[in-house]
Amino acid sequence: MNNLLALSGVNTRIGHYHILQGVDFVVPQGGLTMLLGRNGAGKTTCLRTIMGLWRASAGRIEFDGADIAGRSTPAVAQLGIGYVPESMGIFAGLTVRENLMLAARAGPLDERRLDWMFGLFPALKKFWQLPAGFLSGGQKQMLAIARAMIEPRKLLLVDEPTKGLAPAIIAHMVEAFRELKRTDTTILLVEQNFHFARALGDTVAVMDSGRIVHSGGMRELAEDEALQHKLLGLSLDAHQ
Amino acid sequence: MSQAKDALPRASLDKIPLVLIPLIAVAALPLIPSLPTWVTLTIAGLAMGMMIFIMASGLTLVFGLMDVMNFAHGAFITIGAFVATSVLLPLAAWTEADKLWLNLAALLSAILAAMVVAGVLGLAFERVIIKPVYGQHLKQILITMGGLIVAEQSIHVIWGPDIIGLPKPAALRGSFIFGDIAIEKYRVLAVIVGLAVFAAMFGVLNRTRIGLLIRAGVEDSEMVEALGYRIRRIFIGVFVAGSALAGLGGVMWALYQETVSSAMGMQVMILIFIVIIIGGLGSVGGCFIGSLLVGLMANYVGFLAPKIALGSNILLMVLILLWRPQGLYPVAKR
Repeated sequence: MNNLLALSGVNTRIGHYHILQGVDFVVPQGGLTMLLGRNGAGKTTCLRTIMGLWRASAGRIEFDGADIAGRSTPAVAQLGIGYVPESMGIFAGLTVRENLMLAARAGPLDERRLDWMFGLFPALKKFWQLPAGFLSGGQKQMLAIARAMIEPRKLLLVDEPTKGLAPAIIAHMVEAFRELKRTDTTILLVEQNFHFARALGDTVAVMDSGRIVHSGGMRELAEDEALQHKLLGLSLDAHQ
Repeated sequence: MSQAKDALPRASLDKIPLVLIPLIAVAALPLIPSLPTWVTLTIAGLAMGMMIFIMASGLTLVFGLMDVMNFAHGAFITIGAFVATSVLLPLAAWTEADKLWLNLAALLSAILAAMVVAGVLGLAFERVIIKPVYGQHLKQILITMGGLIVAEQSIHVIWGPDIIGLPKPAALRGSFIFGDIAIEKYRVLAVIVGLAVFAAMFGVLNRTRIGLLIRAGVEDSEMVEALGYRIRRIFIGVFVAGSALAGLGGVMWALYQETVSSAMGMQVMILIFIVIIIGGLGSVGGCFIGSLLVGLMANYVGFLAPKIALGSNILLMVLILLWRPQGLYPVAKR
């Protein structure tokens, strides 16, 4: 399988802090790669660096064969990379419709794709004309993900989509991502919820202190409790 | 999609701030000695509010979208006013003519020149002065205050240090008389121009894609960039438009005062800051309501107790902030 995204020796400094200290990992085309790690490991910084929101001070970020390190955020997005930040980044004063319209850069909303989206997230249809600020946390997350996939993207970067969500909504998210995987969209997903990660991930990279400390198949990590203890500090059972 | 359009619920406008305008007007009624005086003051207040709105609307958008508190905004007001003197005074034959169309042609020429000059200077100001200090608030305050001082001194060099008289065009002098009620013609024009500016801004912000981007950028400019839009280009456009509107406001304010001085922009900035804080930083609708409230308050209190006219607006701001600490229409920020 080809790699759509490959990071090699990526370093990121924020002020006096050296956050990413030589990150190396790949995201295979068409798969869902989980980026796991404890709080403060550098996962969010990694996604932000790929998006150009923070500038890599060294290293290569290769996307679809081209080095995108140093490109501006809009230029990175225009390559076909969708981003869902940890804060969700929805525009609270804009309606659900307007949030989606803004994400559809190519022009008017594609009705077939919209219907498919409503199938995944029916709440968005119900609250179509409501300012997004009125939505619940779970609905906001659905909107954030819907916005990232309202047009076909080559790669989706999603930062902790289950954070603070109720188990029923997380189960809904799992189904939505499974549906998205069926469209061959490549996804890099940062997550702390190992149960969620195990349910969806094809491959996994684990970060600690600004470096990748493990990468491989998700199934191998899910079946190796000792490795989970070593890398994440908790076993799968504790996260269920 | 069509089903989605039929879906409920919809958002409703927060109408409580709108009620404040008639509330203040009705509250002033028993304090004013006669009904005609109250009507005259109310219309004068609304007209003044419209002029303040024209001047303030650009600044509130610039702050909301770019997170830049531009203290030099007043300089664009002053420059607009001085450019108007350079156009209108040589066109005295037109402004003094009996023909309304000649008066309006002179006025439109002055407005156009003021907006173009203020807009071009705004573009240069953003590129040279503001661009290096994005995200650095203390430096922004210092450098824009410096820009204001430089602009004032440049005006002294170009137009001289003296106050310049700027009479209204002949057709805009005097008042419409309805019984005991006198309504100045110029104030009617100010209301029309203010409403036109508000309608245009409302239309652009709510009915166009660029407006959608501006509203989104006011909330979270980083996310707009992450969606693939170059927010800096929108910043520049908004800054130029805000400067041009300040130039328009300068012309309107100068003709309202019938004098132009290099300090006029600085003086009116106090009212402008009150207005954008009352309205909610970045909110055009809030700026509109805030302007009308300040205009009404200034006229009622100016009539009843002139010495505390400015203080009354500061008190109004304090009361509104106690009630709504983020202003009348807070803009959601990430």
